[in-house]
Amino acid sequence: MTDLLIIENLGKRFGGFVALENISLSVTPGERLGLIGPNGSGKSTLVNCICGTLRNERGSVHFDGRSINGLAAHQRTHLGLARSFQLPRPFLSLNLMDNVRIPLLYTVGARGTRRSTGDIETRCVDLLREVGLDAKARRMPKDLTQVEMRKLELARAMASEPKLLIADEAMAGLTHSEVEEILTLLVRLNEQGVTVILIEHIMRAVMSFSRRIVVLVSGKKIADGLPDDVMRDPEVERAYLGQ
Amino acid sequence: MRTTSFFIVCLVVAAAVFGASVAIGNDYVFFAGYVVLQYIVLSTAWNILGGYCGYVNFGTAAFFALGAYSTVALYKVMTDTDFYGLPLPVLIVIGGAVSGIVGFGMGYLTLRLRGAFFAIATLALAVVLQTLVVNWDYVGGSRGAYILRPENVPIIGSYIKYLFLIMLLLAVVALSVARLIEHSRLGYGLATIRDDELAAEAAGVPTLKLKLIATTISGALMGMAGAPFPYYIGYLQPDSTFGLDYAVNSIAMPLIGGTTSWLGPLIGAILLGSLQQIATVTISSAVNLLVVGVILVLFVILAPNGIIGLVHTYWQHKPEDFVGRRKVETESPEAVP
Repeated sequence: MTDLLIIENLGKRFGGFVALENISLSVTPGERLGLIGPNGSGKSTLVNCICGTLRNERGSVHFDGRSINGLAAHQRTHLGLARSFQLPRPFLSLNLMDNVRIPLLYTVGARGTRRSTGDIETRCVDLLREVGLDAKARRMPKDLTQVEMRKLELARAMASEPKLLIADEAMAGLTHSEVEEILTLLVRLNEQGVTVILIEHIMRAVMSFSRRIVVLVSGKKIADGLPDDVMRDPEVERAYLGQ
Repeated sequence: MRTTSFFIVCLVVAAAVFGASVAIGNDYVFFAGYVVLQYIVLSTAWNILGGYCGYVNFGTAAFFALGAYSTVALYKVMTDTDFYGLPLPVLIVIGGAVSGIVGFGMGYLTLRLRGAFFAIATLALAVVLQTLVVNWDYVGGSRGAYILRPENVPIIGSYIKYLFLIMLLLAVVALSVARLIEHSRLGYGLATIRDDELAAEAAGVPTLKLKLIATTISGALMGMAGAPFPYYIGYLQPDSTFGLDYAVNSIAMPLIGGTTSWLGPLIGAILLGSLQQIATVTISSAVNLLVVGVILVLFVILAPNGIIGLVHTYWQHKPEDFVGRRKVETESPEAVP
C-alpha cells in the first residue's frame, strides 16, 4: 500500500532558531498516529508545514501521491488535508450552520461535486448532529462552551471530507468525560476511513487512541513506533522526565 | 428574495424617488440628491471590501478620482478629435473599468498586508495617483480641467436631472451587486476572511483570489461613481477630487449604518449625506466634516455595529426572547435544584 503522507528531510527555521530538523515521516491510509513532544518541540510547526500555513525551507511533503510543496493552504485542503486548530478558530460572525457550510462550498464544491442548496443544508445539519451540536445549529460560536467549540472545529474539518485529519490538541483543557467524547468522535471518523494524526499532551488519550506514536523533541524526531515501545524508549523518558 | 426581483424593487423605488424629486420642481433637489446618491454608491462599494471582507480602504478618493479623470481624459480626446460620440453611460463603464483594473493591481500589491498596514498602503495609493494627475498636463494638471456640459438632454430636460437619474441607476446597480455578493458563495467566503484568514484557508477558501475579486468590484464601483462627476462639477480640480471627504465619508457611512449588509451603507449614506447637505445650506459647508466626525465618534461609542446592529440587538432583547429562555430553564432538569 502506498503511503498517504510522506515527509522527507523536512526543515524549518525561524531566523537563527531551528524549529524542525530533518523530519522524515510517513503515514499509511487509515492509520491512527499520535504525535507527541514537550512544549516548543515543533509539533505545531510540523502541522503548519504539512498544511501549508508555513512554508518549509528544506525537504518535501508528498500527499496522496503528489508533491504538495509550494501549494497554498486552501489547495492542500482541496486535496484532502484537513486540520483543527489548537485554539479553536471559528468564524465568529457566522452561525454554526454557516461555519460548516464554508468547507462544503469551497472545498467539496471545488472538487467538482456540485450540490444543491438543499443538499448542502442537509449535510450541514448531519455534520453538526455527528458532533452533537445540531440543537445549536442557528446559534453563534460565541454561545458555545470550550468543548462545543472543539467539536465545531472538528465538524468543520470533517465538512471538507478529508482523507487525512490532523487534530492539533483538540482536547487540551477539557475534562475527563469531555476528552472521552472527543476521542469517541475521532475513533468513529477513523472507522469511516479517515486517517487521523492526533497531537496531544494528554497521554491517556494518546495511548488509547494511537496505533503508532511519533515523538518530537527540540525539532527532531527521536522515536517512532508502537505506543508501548515508544513509552519504554529511554530517550523519550529522558525528554519527558529529565535526568 | 431573488436578485432579479430585488433589482426590480430597487428600480421601482428609484422611479418613485425620481418622480418625487421632479414633483418638488426645484433643481436644487437634484444637485443635493446627486451627492447623496453618489455617496450611496461610494459607501456601498467601500463596504464590499471594508465591511464584507474586513479590509479598510482609505483610498476611496483615488478610485473615485480615477473614474472622474478617465472621463476628463476622454473628454479631451473627444474635443481634440471633434468626435462627441461617447455618451455618459459609456464613460461610466470606461471609468469603472479603469478603476477596477487599478483596484485589481492595488489588491495584488497590497493584500498581503493586513489591518493598519493595508489602510496605509491604500492611502499611499491615493497620494501617488494625485501626484501623477497633478503632473499630467493633458488632464489639466494642478490647474484643473473644465468640462462643458450640454444644457439639455432630450426627453429628460435639464442636464442635472439626467445626471441625477444616471446616479440613481448606478445606486440601484451598486446595491444589487452588493446584495448579490452578500447572499452568494463569494459573500460567505469574504465573511470568513473578515473573521479569520488562517481558518478560512484551512477550510479551503482561496483567500487571495476572493480579496482580489472584492478589490476589483469595489474599485470599479467607485470609479463608476466618479465618472459622471466632472459633468456635475463642471470644473475638476485635483485637490478636491482626491479630497479626504470621500475617503472619510465612504468609511463613516457604512460604519454608521452597519457594515455586514447592503442596507447599512444605504442607511448611512442617506442619513449622513442628507445631514451634510442640510448643514451646508443652513450652517456652512465647512461644518460637513465636523458633522461626520461627531456622529462617527458617537456611533463608535454607543453603537459600534451601526444602526443595523442597534436594531438587531433590540430585537434580540425583545420580551418573547425572555419567555423563550425561561421555558428552556424549566424544561431542563439540571436547572431545577
